Amino acid sequence: MADTAIRPPAAKPTKSTRRASDRIFLGLSAGSASLIMVILAGVAIFLIIKGIPAMTANWAANPDLSSIQNPAHRPWGSFWEYVGPLLWGSIWSALIAMVLGAPVAIGIALFISHYAPRRIAGFLGYIVDLLAAVPSIVFGLWGIIVIRPFLLPLSDFLNQYFGWIPLFSGPVSSTGSTMLAGGVVLAVMILPIVTSITREIFLQTPRLHEEAALALGATRWEMIRLSVFPYARSGMVSATLLGLGRALGETMAIALIISPSVLYSLLVLTDGYNSQTIAANIALNFPVASDIQRSALIGTGLMLFVVSLAVNILARYIITATGPGKKRRRRKEGKSA
Amino acid sequence: MSAPTAAPETTDRTSGPARLTSGRLPRFIEPIVLVAVAAAVALVLFVVTQHLNIAVWLVLTAVFYLIAIGVGSSIVENRRKAVDRVVRGIVTAFFVLAVAPLISTLWTVVAQGIKVVNWTFITSVGGSTFDPNTLAVVNTPGALQSIVGTLIITGIATLISVPIGILTAVYLTEYSLPTNPLRRTITFLVDVMTGIPSIVAGLFAFSLFALIVGPKAFSGFSASVALCVLMIPIVVRSTEEMIRLVPSELREASLALGVPKSTTIMKVVLRTAASGIVTGVVLAIARVVGETAPIFIAASFTDNFNANPFRDPMQTLAVQAYTAYSFPGKDIDASQAQAWGAALLLVILVVIFNLIARIVAKVFAPKVR
Repeated sequence: MADTAIRPPAAKPTKSTRRASDRIFLGLSAGSASLIMVILAGVAIFLIIKGIPAMTANWAANPDLSSIQNPAHRPWGSFWEYVGPLLWGSIWSALIAMVLGAPVAIGIALFISHYAPRRIAGFLGYIVDLLAAVPSIVFGLWGIIVIRPFLLPLSDFLNQYFGWIPLFSGPVSSTGSTMLAGGVVLAVMILPIVTSITREIFLQTPRLHEEAALALGATRWEMIRLSVFPYARSGMVSATLLGLGRALGETMAIALIISPSVLYSLLVLTDGYNSQTIAANIALNFPVASDIQRSALIGTGLMLFVVSLAVNILARYIITATGPGKKRRRRKEGKSA
Repeated sequence: MSAPTAAPETTDRTSGPARLTSGRLPRFIEPIVLVAVAAAVALVLFVVTQHLNIAVWLVLTAVFYLIAIGVGSSIVENRRKAVDRVVRGIVTAFFVLAVAPLISTLWTVVAQGIKVVNWTFITSVGGSTFDPNTLAVVNTPGALQSIVGTLIITGIATLISVPIGILTAVYLTEYSLPTNPLRRTITFLVDVMTGIPSIVAGLFAFSLFALIVGPKAFSGFSASVALCVLMIPIVVRSTEEMIRLVPSELREASLALGVPKSTTIMKVVLRTAASGIVTGVVLAIARVVGETAPIFIAASFTDNFNANPFRDPMQTLAVQAYTAYSFPGKDIDASQAQAWGAALLLVILVVIFNLIARIVAKVFAPKVR
């Protein structure tokens, strides 16, 4: 193997074959890397190809399209009229999940990184990561039989005393298939990703900052406010956005739990006025859709792709461009993502 | 983390000798207060409502504990310490809040699934047969077609994703400098790719095969392609992570001996990182094996036994759980029981993959001497 330098005449052929094997390997790995670009572009291109017929069609003239999912008020006039409420539903449910989940996730990250005993911190982190291992369909089924009845008393309470807030108004659902239930399950599902990213960043706070704060007599909470939060701010924002992106694309929890309609709605406690989300809408209607309806559903999927891509790019941009310790962290948070 | 030991701000000098602990609450005051509050809340709840609602009890305990510790600490100690103790209570409560759904989910799945899962359920083909034309549905217990489908679809996805993922990671770590624009682009795209909604991956595979094969494009292979879109970035990420842990001395030693770069990578770098890479791959499998939406879109669903991934719809456990619940048969209870059975089998599968990953990580880790 290593004797090529000693025997120059024999070295030539082997050297060239080695170069060839090197070149093949380099080619393979560079090819695989480029394939990533091809796949991502392919996702966009094929969605566009299949979605375009419905997106550009004249919906008013096509009964298959204008009557898709029996619109409550009047037939759909165009693709945009149809996708608008769905997009709103996706964003609305993801926002609810983010508002409910992100503070809890950041609290958990703080607990694991700065409050829990060092020896069991790793184990506690593992427990939270286990949440990510539970398949989404299982969370959906769990939401149906546990979360829906669990939230009913809370729904009644909120409606009775806070019904004057538009959010909590309307007839309270008796089954519990509400946006609130969907949002709570989504919040549980985004906990692990937000927690693991913020935890990594909390742990990277420079030791000296923390010890300096403690040495000045700060309590632990003051130390966290003075040294950990300023350091991790951009990371927390970015992790929250990644959680939002995850919630946008979640299908099963919403498809199974809420009883939806395609409309713009802020209500979270009813079962007739929940905005349907894009992903759940596709899952529920794809099997029974006709060809052109499938095309419409793929078109909505394209919109979802664009929105979640934008959210993810924004999150990555924040963490790489404005966060401290750019390069080091970029590697670390990839593991959890 | 060294414990913050702020000195007491006021020391009561009149009552006996000043001690370091004066002006502070006793050391184990927090668990004591917690237990006391929990007991008191339980008692009051029981007296008022005659029965104990666990959730209400936990929530009230947390609230009253925070109030008690906050007020107590601000009287005996000072406001800053009170805030500190309250925050500690809140983040601990948040952690419990995250563990509760995990336990509740697993408990529910096991409790519901155990009723239907038995040897017959695993070894017979069944399900709710759904006919879109007549909407008639018949129900027989069984999940064999889903188990086989799950293994085939995930297996093909693994076979495609793992080489691509590992080679991409090799390119990113071994062949390109951090300033290389291609590397920066691909790293960014891999990051972005982890955020693709799973249902979009399914739509992509469906569109791709619809253009190639025609409108009846549902097949297990199509679902595998969808899973690849989700799996490749996970494999790239974890492999990259593991390759970076390989000490560069090993590479340099190998290269200095005249070993070609490709051989160095395969025989030294990848072999050293092997256990970590395998662990990452198995975890990636565990992640995609439970996917529902992409498979549902790309492979549709069926209750026929189909072991040919290249034609006709294929069923997986996750999809069976979904369809049995969303499109139930005449006997709704039987369909739902079926769904829980499939869900339990799925969870067992995920647990098995996670265990394999942990065992591989433990047993085959490079030995440190």
